[in-house]
Amino acid sequence: MFKILKYSFYDLIRSRWSYVYFLFYLLLGFVLLFLNNDVSKAIITLMNVIIILVPLISTIFGIMYFYNSKEFTELLLAQPVKRSSIFLGQYLGVAGSLTLSLVLGLGIPFVLYGLFKSDAIFDFSLLLVTGAFLTLIFTVLAFNIALSNENKIKGFGYAVLLWLFMAVIYDGLFLMSLIIFKQYPLDSFSLGATIFNPIDLSRTLILLKLDISALLGYTGAVFKKFFGTDQGLFVSIFMLIFWTVLPIWRLVFVSRKKDF
Amino acid sequence: MIHIENLQKKFGKNIVLSDLDLIIEKPGVFAILGPNGSGKTTLIKSVLGMVVPDKGNISVMGKPIKKNFKYRKKIDYLPQIANFPGNLKVYELIRMIKDLRQSPSDEERLIQLFKLEPFLDKKLSTLSGGTKQKVNIVMAFMFNSPLLILDEPTTGLDPASLIHLKNLIREQKEMNKTVLITSHIMQFVAEVSDIIVYLLEGNIYFKGSIEELKTKTGQTDLEHAIAAIAIEPAHV
Repeated sequence: MFKILKYSFYDLIRSRWSYVYFLFYLLLGFVLLFLNNDVSKAIITLMNVIIILVPLISTIFGIMYFYNSKEFTELLLAQPVKRSSIFLGQYLGVAGSLTLSLVLGLGIPFVLYGLFKSDAIFDFSLLLVTGAFLTLIFTVLAFNIALSNENKIKGFGYAVLLWLFMAVIYDGLFLMSLIIFKQYPLDSFSLGATIFNPIDLSRTLILLKLDISALLGYTGAVFKKFFGTDQGLFVSIFMLIFWTVLPIWRLVFVSRKKDF
Repeated sequence: MIHIENLQKKFGKNIVLSDLDLIIEKPGVFAILGPNGSGKTTLIKSVLGMVVPDKGNISVMGKPIKKNFKYRKKIDYLPQIANFPGNLKVYELIRMIKDLRQSPSDEERLIQLFKLEPFLDKKLSTLSGGTKQKVNIVMAFMFNSPLLILDEPTTGLDPASLIHLKNLIREQKEMNKTVLITSHIMQFVAEVSDIIVYLLEGNIYFKGSIEELKTKTGQTDLEHAIAAIAIEPAHV
């Protein structure tokens, strides 16, 4: 697996898109710090960008890479290499290079600005960790979609729909159900609904760590009680891991039975 | 070498292989022939483990290939369409495959033979179809595996390279290897192969030497014999 990972990774870090992605974050980091002049505020703005952009880029990058490396995959399938290693290696190569772009692109400006001297270092690391998780999750979801759809156009469509659902539609449905069922106690429902969408989960996790939950009113207090504790943090991280591992398992399972 | 029992494969409703049995025991060059869509490539890909059969058993070198991948180290494969990752250079691709297989290889001689030196530094996406096929051939022949599978090896080759290819196949035969070839060019098949395996509608219709085929069909050349075989009412 590590050889496949190595080749996929080298292939990707030589590609122009990885640099564009990296430079985008680098620029974003510098501009935000320059405009806000404050690490904590920059983190809040960054969160809003990351929570939407990381899933989008990961999904599209993942699906494009999978379809584009069809030849590479077929070549590897005839070699003495395990099927699961081929797909896991490629997946980790894509997710790894995207994560590297994110961490370096944002890390460099913040470190230069004096991150290590500020007390926002924990918040910033949490931001990067959730960003990394979102990359891992949405890349593997994209790989799953690509594996199940031979038709590129269809696969691409499903992938974009998935992102749209998770990033936009889910929140809309969530909000609507809150309005419709407002007579009922909704604390545990909203907690549950938040946990089942990795994007919402990451957003809530960061918001509450940033101590601006007072803005969220009563529900915010319930959330704070849950996410603010160590237990809440563990449950959230566990859910993010679950969101990563389950699709990876499916990827391995489905790839074992596929014909090429 | 290769034992195939009751092999069955469907793609949707389309039955490609139905209860196919094939035993290839001794070394030599085996030509797998058949009309378009008779299941040649599916058969080959099943042996390679790229296609997962619905039913049946395949063993290569005495070991079942299910849940096994190491046996592919004993097989060199030349795919039908030379599809390579386009952003790699030729020498990078060769180095990568060598790194993956970790077996001794003699690519230098083959690169010289097919005059590929000027292309080593070029990206695979910029190569012509014939040159890609030459790279394909180099990669299939550079390892010393006991089993070779060549799917349409002649596609796009110029006459000089075709002669080199034939010589290479003869060389493998002299080294007591087993070579499976599919081709639609009967002249090529007649020159290199010992045994003909004829597939029709997902099953083996004929297996035997070229001479046997000619006597059976009453034809004097292979091309006509193959064309006549499917019309022949009596079969094996």
